[in-house]
Order: sequence, then C-alpha cells, then structure tokens
Amino acid sequence: MFLIKCPFCGERAETEFSYGGEAGINRPLDPDALSDVEWADYLFMRKNPRGAHKELWNHAQGCRRWFGVERDTVSYRISRSFELPAGDKGP
Amino acid sequence: MQPNRLKQGGRIDRSRPLDFFFNGRQYRGYAGDTLASALLANDVSIVGRSFKLHRPRGIVGCGAEEPNAILQIGSGATTLPNQRATQVELYDGLEARTNKGWPNVNYDIAAVNDSLGRLFSAGFYYKTFMYPRMLWESYEKLIRRSAGMGRSPRLPDPDHYDHRNAYCDVLVAGAGPSGLMAALTAAHSGARVLIADEQSEFGGQLLSSAESIDGKSAQSWLQDTLYQLSQFENVIMLPRSTVFGYFDHNFLAIAQRCTDHLGGNLTGQIRERQWRVRAKQVVLAQGAIERPLVFCNNDRPGVMLASAVSSYVNRYAVCPGKRTVVFTNNDSAYQTAIDLHQAGSEVVAIVDSRIDGAGGLGEAVRNLGIAVFQNHVVTDVSGRRRVSGVLVAKWDGDRCAQINHTISMDCDLLAISGGWSPAVHLHSQSGGKNVWNEDLQCFVAGESVQNCISTGAGNGYWSLRSCLQSGHDNGRDAAVLSGFETVDLSLPSVDDLHSNALQPLWRVPASKDPDRCPKQFLDYQNDTSVADVRLAVREGYQNVEHVKRYTALGFGTDQGKLGNINGMAALAECLDRPIPEVGTTTFRPAYTPVTFGVCAGDHVGDLYDPERKTAMHEWHLSKDAPFENVGQWLRPWYFPRGDEALEAAVARECLATRRSAGIMDASTLGKIIVQGPDSVTFLERIYTHDVANMKIGRCAYGIMLGEDGMMKDDGVMARLDENQFYLTTTTGGAAQVLAWLEIWLQTEWPELDVHLTSVTDHFSTIAVAGPNSRRVLQNAGCSIDLERQSFPFMSVQMAELAGVTVQIFRVSFSGELAFEVNVDSGYALYIWKKLMEAGKEYDITPYGTETMHVLRAEKGFVILGQDTDGSVSPHDLGMHWMMSKTRDHLGKRSLSRPDGKRGDRKQLVGLLSTDNTTVLTEGAQLIENPDAPPPVPLLGHVTSSYASACLGHPIALALVAGGRKRKGETLFAAASDGSMVPVKIVSPVFYDPKGERQHA
Amino acid sequence: MKKYSAFGLLRNAIGHNRHWQPAWRNPDPKRKYDVVIVGGGGHGLATAYYLAKEHGIHNVAVLEKGWIGGGNTGRNTTIVRSNYLWTEAALLYEKSLQLWEGLSQELNYNVMFSQRGVYNLGHSLQDMRDIERRVSANRLNGLDAVVVNTEQIKAAIPMINTSANARYPILGASLQKRGGVARHDAVAWGFARAADALGVDIIQQCEVTGIQRDGRRVTGVETTRGRIEADKVGVVVAGNASVLASMAELRLPIESHPLQAFVSEPLKPVLDTVVMSNAVHGYISQSDKGELVIGAGIDAYNGYGQRGSFPTIEHAAAAIIELFPVFSRVRMLRMWGGIVDVCPDACPIISKMPVDGLYFNCGWGTGGFKATPGSGWVFAHTIARDRAHDLNTAFDLNRFTSGALIDEHGAAGVAH
Repeated sequence: MFLIKCPFCGERAETEFSYGGEAGINRPLDPDALSDVEWADYLFMRKNPRGAHKELWNHAQGCRRWFGVERDTVSYRISRSFELPAGDKGP
Repeated sequence: MQPNRLKQGGRIDRSRPLDFFFNGRQYRGYAGDTLASALLANDVSIVGRSFKLHRPRGIVGCGAEEPNAILQIGSGATTLPNQRATQVELYDGLEARTNKGWPNVNYDIAAVNDSLGRLFSAGFYYKTFMYPRMLWESYEKLIRRSAGMGRSPRLPDPDHYDHRNAYCDVLVAGAGPSGLMAALTAAHSGARVLIADEQSEFGGQLLSSAESIDGKSAQSWLQDTLYQLSQFENVIMLPRSTVFGYFDHNFLAIAQRCTDHLGGNLTGQIRERQWRVRAKQVVLAQGAIERPLVFCNNDRPGVMLASAVSSYVNRYAVCPGKRTVVFTNNDSAYQTAIDLHQAGSEVVAIVDSRIDGAGGLGEAVRNLGIAVFQNHVVTDVSGRRRVSGVLVAKWDGDRCAQINHTISMDCDLLAISGGWSPAVHLHSQSGGKNVWNEDLQCFVAGESVQNCISTGAGNGYWSLRSCLQSGHDNGRDAAVLSGFETVDLSLPSVDDLHSNALQPLWRVPASKDPDRCPKQFLDYQNDTSVADVRLAVREGYQNVEHVKRYTALGFGTDQGKLGNINGMAALAECLDRPIPEVGTTTFRPAYTPVTFGVCAGDHVGDLYDPERKTAMHEWHLSKDAPFENVGQWLRPWYFPRGDEALEAAVARECLATRRSAGIMDASTLGKIIVQGPDSVTFLERIYTHDVANMKIGRCAYGIMLGEDGMMKDDGVMARLDENQFYLTTTTGGAAQVLAWLEIWLQTEWPELDVHLTSVTDHFSTIAVAGPNSRRVLQNAGCSIDLERQSFPFMSVQMAELAGVTVQIFRVSFSGELAFEVNVDSGYALYIWKKLMEAGKEYDITPYGTETMHVLRAEKGFVILGQDTDGSVSPHDLGMHWMMSKTRDHLGKRSLSRPDGKRGDRKQLVGLLSTDNTTVLTEGAQLIENPDAPPPVPLLGHVTSSYASACLGHPIALALVAGGRKRKGETLFAAASDGSMVPVKIVSPVFYDPKGERQHA
Repeated sequence: MKKYSAFGLLRNAIGHNRHWQPAWRNPDPKRKYDVVIVGGGGHGLATAYYLAKEHGIHNVAVLEKGWIGGGNTGRNTTIVRSNYLWTEAALLYEKSLQLWEGLSQELNYNVMFSQRGVYNLGHSLQDMRDIERRVSANRLNGLDAVVVNTEQIKAAIPMINTSANARYPILGASLQKRGGVARHDAVAWGFARAADALGVDIIQQCEVTGIQRDGRRVTGVETTRGRIEADKVGVVVAGNASVLASMAELRLPIESHPLQAFVSEPLKPVLDTVVMSNAVHGYISQSDKGELVIGAGIDAYNGYGQRGSFPTIEHAAAAIIELFPVFSRVRMLRMWGGIVDVCPDACPIISKMPVDGLYFNCGWGTGGFKATPGSGWVFAHTIARDRAHDLNTAFDLNRFTSGALIDEHGAAGVAH
C-alpha cells in the first residue's frame, strides 16, 4: 500500500486517495475543430509508460484536492507530488 | 508415558501435563510443547503420507519449514486444516488428525503408488487422462479426491478477526539474537520499535542454544534482555506474530495469533489480529533455515534436520531417537551430536563429507569420544516406516562418481545438515534481489530497494557472536536512519569457535545414476525428486520457473523453504551451470500461510460494507417493509399490508398515489449545492441544457454526459439564487458525480470561482405525490401558498412545515401533482409522521422503490443504470430537446463521431405485449424472427417492465435498434426461460401523454 | 512429435523415464521468418500453432523475452467461459470455448479443461435484470446459459451463504455449464509443443527491443539476440502492449494495471464449480490440486510491477468470506499479481495496425486466459490473410475513433 504525499495534508495511506490516470491530458479548447482521430487521441490514447509516469491523484478521504504525482510504474517509487498548475492537468 | 522425554531440562513445564489426541489415540505432553515435540516425545514417527506417492513421513523440522507434519486440528466449525505440528502449541484436549492414509496413516493402501513411482513422474498428468475425451470428468474426480490435503471447515467461522494500523520507526522482524540486539539498540536511541516473532516465545535460536553469553546460559541472557526491552515505553513486543508480507513503501503486514494456543472455545475474543505497519526502517532478522542433504531415501521417518534435533533435545527435552547418526557437510551439526551426547543419547557417528572435518566443534566432539567419519557420505537409508540404519561410503568429492557403500550403521535417527539458507523471503518480497554468496554457498539479501536491512543469520552471519554484532549495528543504523541519535551498546561476550568452511554437497552420488537409484527427494511434500528435475530438463523445461511448475517443486504449503535451493542445485548440476545462473526464486507473500479471516479483519458479516439508512429507516422497519439494496443504501421496496405480496402491494400503492396521495422516502438521492459567481459557466459545461436562462426559484431536469457522449447521470437542478444551484443525482451516482464535478473544476477550470458542497446526508427528502398531495401539505401546516399560480410546476420555495423550515420542490417523478420536501435530517422523521397524519383523510399511502419505478415507467421516465447502460446517448433516449445547440459541453463532441450518427442505434421505446396481459421479463432480448437459428440478430432488450394497475395492462420500456422508426412493428421478447412473447413497439409515454396532471 | 498416451507413460516408466523427447526444441533464431510473433504466452503460442496448422505458414518464430507462459498465462485464475453480453464478444469467446473443448486431444497435451460450470452471482434487482439480459442474449447467440435461483445455487454449492440476511444476499445467478477452469501452464506448454512439431521456432530469452520498418511496412525486429527479419510481425504481449507499440511509434488506448490473485493451501474437494460475483467483488474456484484459487479486483493505478496493493487482497478475502463464511479459517498460501492491459471498453484489440505487416493482439484486460485458443485462431487468420476474420472485425483499433465500442464493462456488469 502506497504512502502518498498530499501536497496539502502530508503523507497518507493510499486507501485515502483515488486515482485519476495520466496527468497532462488537457481538454481541447475547441473540440468541434478536431478530427475524429484527434478527438479519439484525447479521449482514449495514453502513454502508459513503463517507468516514470506523471499522474493525477485525489485525496478523496481527506482534503478532496486533486494533485499530481510522479511515480515509477515498475518500482512504484514516488519521486514527488506536486500541486497542479492553474488551468492545467499537470506538466 | 513419554518414551522419548528427557528426565530434565528444556523449557517445558513438567508440572502441567496436557492430554491430547492424535488420530484418536490419547497421548500426553507438557505445557511448552509443540504438537510436534509432544508427538516425538511419544515416539510417534509417522505423521503423514506424501502427496503423490503416499510414502510414510515423519517430522523433519521444528518450525515454519516443516513439510511433512501437516495435520488437521480440532473439529466442527473451528477445525483448522493444514497446520504444521511444529508450530502448533500444545493445549489440553487438542485433537490432531492426519489427512492421508487409508485405512490409516501407518498402513496406507495407496502406498502402492510408491512402487509405481516411475509412472507418477513429473508432469505425468499432462500426458494421460486424455482419451477417450468423455472420461476426463471421471479421471478428474479421482484426481481431485486423491489430491488436496486438509479439510475446510463446513460451518461458518465463529471467531473474530481484527485489524490494527501501526506506525513505527524501526520494525524488527524476528526476535532471535540479532533481532533482539537490533531492537534493544534502536530502543535505546529513542526510536519507536516494534518487534515481532512467529514463535510463542521470543529468542529464536537462543531458546535451544547450548552456548553461553556473558558467562551465563543463553536462556538466562535472553531473559535479561527481554526484561530490558519490556521496560521501554517505546517498544511493542509481539510474539506469535508473523511478519508475512512486505509491500511497497515500507508497508508490512503482521498476523498475530491471539487465542489458538489456548485451545477450547473462546468466542468473543479476537482470534487473530492483523497489524498493518508503516515502518520508517525495517530490520529483517528472520534467521536462516537449515538445508537437508539429498541422498537416496532421504525422506524416511527418522531423518531430521540436525538443528531441529537440537531444538527438540534442548528446548523441549525430547530425544527423537535412541541411536543417532549425524550426516553433515558443515560444522553446525556437530553441535547436535554434542547436544545428544549431553542428553545421554547415543551418537553412533558423525558422517562428514569434508576431508578436514570440523573446526573447534570437531575437537569438542572428539573429546567426547564420538566417532567422526570424515570424507564420508550417507548414500542410502534402510527402514521403510522408520530409519533402521544408514549406508555410508567414502567419497572423494566427485559429484559424478557412482559410489557403493562400504559401511552400514544401525540407527533410528539420522540428523542431517546441508548448510544454511538465510530466510531472505521478506527481502525478496520488498523487491530486493537475492544474490549468491560463493563463500557461504547460499543466497543472501542483495541491495535493499526499500528502507530495510537484513541482519544476523538472515544475512549469512552464522556464529552467535556475529549475529549479536550485526544485530546491534543494524539496529543502531536503522534508528539513525529514522532520525535518532547513534547509540552504541557494549556487546555481550560469546565464545567464538573456529569453524571450517562448508563443502558444497548438493546431491550425494549413489551406486546407480540418479534416474535409476532410489528416490533422492528435493521437495518432500510434493514428492519431487532429483529424477523429476532431470526429466523436466530432458523434456525441455529448463528454466527454473518451468522446472518448478512442471515438477511442483516448491509449490507445497511450506513453499519450498527446504526444497527450493536443493532443487535449483539439482537443476544446475543437470544443466552443468553454476547455481546463480539457473536463476533465483522470487518469494511472494505470505511468508507462512495466513487465514482469509485475518486478511479481512472485521470487514465481514454486517460490517462487510457500510449500510446507509435514511432518517425514516426505523419507521419503514416498523411497517415491515422489505428493503432493496441500492448501492450501500437500504431503500424500502414496498410496504405490504398484512401478508400482501409484492404485486398486490405495488398495485395498491400505485392506485392510491394516482387517485389520492402517496408518500415516498427519496432521501437517498445525491444532493449537491453549487455556489459562486461562475456557477452558471461551470454548470453549462457539465450539463446539456440551458442553465443561464433558468430563473431564480425554478427547477430543470438535467443530464450530464461522459466525455464519450454517453449518459452519465441525471437529476433535478434548481436555481436557488443568482449564483447558487441545488443539484440532485441518482442514488448510486452521488459520489461519482461529486468527484466528476470536482475533477473538472480543480484540474481544467480552476479559474472558475465555484464551490461544491455535498448535502446528501444533511437533508432528507420526502416526496408527496398524487392529486391530493397539495391538500396533505396544507393539512400539515404549510406556511406558503401551494396553488399553481404562486407555486408552479418545476419551482422551489422555502417554507415552514409543521413548524420546521423546509425547502419544497414542485417536481414530479410520477407524473402526478407532487411536492418533494427537503428537510434537515434531524427533523425528517418528525415531518414524515406529520405528513402521514395530515394525509390520513386522503388515505395517504407510503410507497417504495417498486411503485416509484412503475409510476415513472408509466410516464416513460428513464432510470439511469436500468434503462441505460454505458452505451446509451441522450439522442438514443429522445432527449434532443435537452441539448444546447450552440454551446459546447462535456461529451458533446463524441456524439458527432460516425457511431453517434448511425440510424440503427438503440433507442428508447415503449412495448406492449400483443396479448395485453403478459408482463415481459426485464432483460429479455428483442428479435424479429422467433424461428431464426443462432446467432439471432439482437435488436435490443426490455429494460423495464411492470403490470400497470392504473392502465389495466402491462407496460414495458425497451431499447430497440432504430426503435423510434419502428413504432407499430411487432417484435418478439425472448427471455432466458425460452419464452417468446410477441410485442408491439409504442411510444414510451403510456400515461397522461400531454403531461397535464403534474401541472395541476 | 511422439504421442503422449497411457501406454507411452508405462513404456517410459519401464525405461526409467530416460527416453522422453523434449517438448520443444531450443533453436537459435534464423535470419528471417515469414512471420515473427512477439510474445511467448498462451496467445502468442496459439497464434503460431494456428498459423502453421490452419494457414500452412510454418516459417514462424515466437520470441519470448523470458520463459514461455511466464506472463499472464501463468498468473491468472484460469477461468474459461463465453457468456459475454454483446454478440461480438460472445461469439469470439464462444469460438474459443469450442476450441477449448477439444484442446487436450488437438494438442495431445492434457490442459485439464474442466467444464465444471461458472456461476455469475446477482445481488441486487439490477444485477438480476442484467443477468436475464445477458443469458437471453447468450441463448440467442447459441451459447449455453441459464438463470438459476437461490435454491438451485445452494444445491450446487452447499458451502455458499444464501442467507437473506447477508449484507448483499444472493438473489440468483447465471450459469454456464460448459464454462470451467483449465491448467494454465499446460496451455502454454501444449501449444508450444504442438507448434514446435509443426516447425515453429520457439525462442526464449529473446527480448524484442525495436520494431523495424521501411516506410509504411514492417521489416523485422531488433532483439537481444540480434536482428530478425520478418514479412509480418504479430505482437501479442499482454502487459506490455503499450511498450511495444511505442517501438513502432504508435499509441494505444490501453492502460496497464496490476491484477492480483491468491491461492489457499490445498484442501480436499469443497467447491465443485466456479463462482464469480461482481457486486461482492471476488471470484473463486478450486484447482484440481485442491487450492482455492481466488481473483481480486484490479488496482486502480497504472503498474507494470506484477504486484498490487495489499488492501485489494484484503477486500477480496472479505468478499470470499461474505460469500463463503466457512472459508474464513482457510489460509492464503501465496499471492501474486499480473499486468493487465485494459481498453476503455474492456474488450480486446485484434487488429491490423497503421504500419503494413504489423498486427497487434492486446487489451484483453482481465479476460485473456479464457480466450487463449480463440485469440490465437483469429489472430493467425488476421495475420495470414491480412484481414480480420468475421469474429474479430469488430475488435479493430478504429473503433476508438468511430465510437463503435463494444462496451462490455459499461453494460454487462460482469467481472471477467
């Protein structure tokens, strides 16, 4: 069970959090301008890397804030947690 | 009488005799015994039969490594299968049984398998039982019956289990000499220490050691040390507690056994507790496991690990044999010979494969006059049901030689030692690799990948002095790494005898090659022999994982604690490669098996999942309403009068509501308040309808889509103020919808000034529906004018009702004139009762979820999750009118993908059975041709279906491909029972299609 | 290939088992193959077998980075069934189930396919609607399926808790009698042996490190044992599909998650069928060896670590005790995790790719084992003919663009 650092509350057990998938997938500003392929890319296509992964977590049973985590998907080691930049689902 | 019990010594309490039963026969042991030591004291040599060959087997070890003495303990609801006798503490009245052997474990007909052993070679079952195909089921029954070990209880577990979360600076796994030193040192530095050990007493090897520490016996040093530890407030000591799992981020799980050793029925107490520990640093001090030697018939009862023999002699005052031969390739087993000799037992000889024999201990042994055969090996064992002698040969170290025995020795006990393997299991579980140490000839913990360090014998330190030293150093370092001061304690003084190096001896050559000689066992429990490994290699299963899976090596309940390393060595020999090159084993939790119960803790029975009850729950209970589980909520399903069945009750509830007044507890709907200057902007991105134009005090039906364009949730949206909205969600969707709003608000649009508050539990909702609902509210003392001019349909007002401030929504999910009263949950039951009282003259009728479903279906209102699934778009439901034409909102883009525009999408329609009497089966598929052969084209399915008392005939809703254009067509509803009911496609609105009643 | 039989067993026993032939050769890779299959799990080996057997393509290599059957093939709960809701999925899995039914004989290797029935339990009125919907669809698609009530469940599974007072009482179930379990390792080994006998090269310890292309066409793969040319490359690497796709500069609608399972110590027969529950999330059967084999839920995060979080196991244990209170004292022997590649619609991708000669078979999520022979069969067809078979047309990568998903998890509410 992971120990995740919420940037707002500190380190807490994984069971307090919910997972939000890959970070940095921003909603297109003008969806109608996109082709079906581009829209599918936003909707479904994921990097899903083996290794470093920037991802979203929500402190669901705490402050309920969303934040970013950089975690290795093989070792599961978390290198950092970060507040999301305003208006952006993370770098 | 206990023939093998020593007159004195040991840690047993001779003043507390305990009677126990083994296979129905009564025996006696003492407090402090394990079941294994008590059996050995009573000279019980056969304690089981092997899995495949049914060979008689005796006790081999004295702890978690035991592969043979696997017994059924107790009976009835509290019976325990597959218990290792070496780890079962004796209690008065204990009943133990063997699982195999017919008619009994001593005389087992199935032992014929042993004579046919070559037929049952590795993987034989993959090569047969195939023909004829139809017989496989019968073969399988036989296989299943002969496999398996213990018996599961057949009654529910009466015991309780518990979880406890704990945090510490230093977790020490194992309380042998190094673990204790580590804990003591860390404790002195001020660190919070948690030390756990699987045995009933702390001490590990010290409990059976004949060595002295600081000039006194090891046991007396142990006692002092435990006293010291117990004086620290920052130390938690957990005996009978196995650290069974090492997970990510230094999270470890410990199973603590609280009551099993007490025997009897102790209901009400916690049987086992799982400690869920987050440790800053972990010291792994699990010790080492002695390895058996591999030679012909090395599985005979009476062949035991040398260290186990020492434990039985020194700790339990049991001498497992009268005449012992010791066979070893290292020094440690010499101590066993000394222990036996000191206990007054005869040691026939020590057979040592090494040319130069032992170091310091060798001298001690010679001083006692014990014969030592250096440069010799035991090649075979005589005696089928008990060792009666050994065959010994001179050996020059050539592993390929074929050697014939030259000496035979009579004995009834063979104590063997093939060296030691550090228990690197937890290190491996933590993600660390194990690396081969050529000097020590064993795998030791490699580099740590988590905050842990291996110490003592668990890291290849064999001598007591080096164990104490490394424990001290590693305990100190762990404390420092978790932020405490360096503390150095003075080390106790221990004599350190010089010892000679171990000789690698992985298989003793026999007079025939390994395929023809008597079986040389690697894994006792699964009957895996050297010949099996060789066969696997011959057949191409050469990767260690293939070998293990093909031969079942290491797949027993001991998980290869004894056999794996010898198996890998056998594989290495076969492939002519060094051991580390054939691979290492990755250990997975659990270190030793743990009950499902302790994993689940108290999340069982009523506590399996929280029950959510509304404020009116007790009232519903008092009316004998059956409940429906909706998510975690318990909702009244219907309110029977007397012994009324569902159908009758629902018909009555429906008619009462449509004709006069009904009342329903709608509190489970999710409720969210949205406020802030950007609320309109925000909601317009989430919902499909026009939010900006909603007037204050008005309500709207709202839907939200996933980004894939499919229906996500629906509910009522009320504009309470310019910048304040109130949303309801479906009962099951409340949590997800809140999370959905939050993620968009926080991650995509944080610039929006909007605040969300969940008020699901704060407010209860009471729906009063029916033509007399207005009068009911008026009767109950409603402070506001409820007439349509001042309180029109789809609006909301604050009011006083029976003296309580409430919020009244004029919305309707039944199509009738209706009001939904939102009230602080603390007053909800009071208001409910007031409304019941006020409605008495209108025969106000409480109704449950079933009637709610019927009433809404008559109106063609969908229930998300019932009439929709994840593949239904708003267009499919005919909700075009709800979609903003101009504005973007979540999910909108997806609707214009090619699949969103298909003409044959499944659309919501109504169905009537053509006979107008058959109630369709919910879930039944809709097809065109009842005679078509499979696969029959499936056009859709019945999503909702009810008998409608108001309409006098059944109705149904369905999703049908291109359904809206098919009105008037006839299809067939094909149910799972094979029935085919002709149905006509109609509009989904059956009742009051113009919607006049709700506007009344 | 020398045939396995009871007689052969006897003959070899007399010869001290010294004359058994290797189940497969251990060849060095050739310079070039007609088809290279990346991934030596059950699906990859089945693909190679059917390429040779059904399509006459024998110049085939299966490249495995570790040991065959070492991925999800050896890490699952071995359940086989075909009772999926949507026609596209049901027919694909039914093809597979039909192949399972003759597989031991087809391969001359006992894969111990045990048709002991699969129960999918319903715990709510909506569960029961979904069960009716799925079973009626199954029957019309030609699958065997029935809805059973609580009494029938209790009669077949005496140990199960059918009390109405349970937190989530069992209201009924679907039953597919032809469903069951199989011996997972044997499936990989059986396909390997049979494929090898047809000339397929099975090359272990050979990791693919690059996919080579010449413009729009694939030309071969780069491996830890050198470059291997191929006219066609079929990738079927559960748990690593995204990694392989990135080598071809493609992205997939896939996320990889840990999926965990555990077994109990071996017990005498106590459970004669397979029980799955979605609402009380856990599934359980008893292996022929006697171990209770239990599947837990999927861990939410992306993970390639072949391990998950312990609370997931704790939940599964609680779910099993909820269904079977008698198992509370039974002990967990061993737990493990696999990596499942999950598509948004919980259905696989068996598809040509935007690069000519490159084919992917991936995204089976938690449902891959049961599909092993069927997956190999349609994938072999897709590679050999360069177009999908009718059975896998719907499982094209393009569905994520068109929106024509086969939303098995959105709709069916069935644990895989």
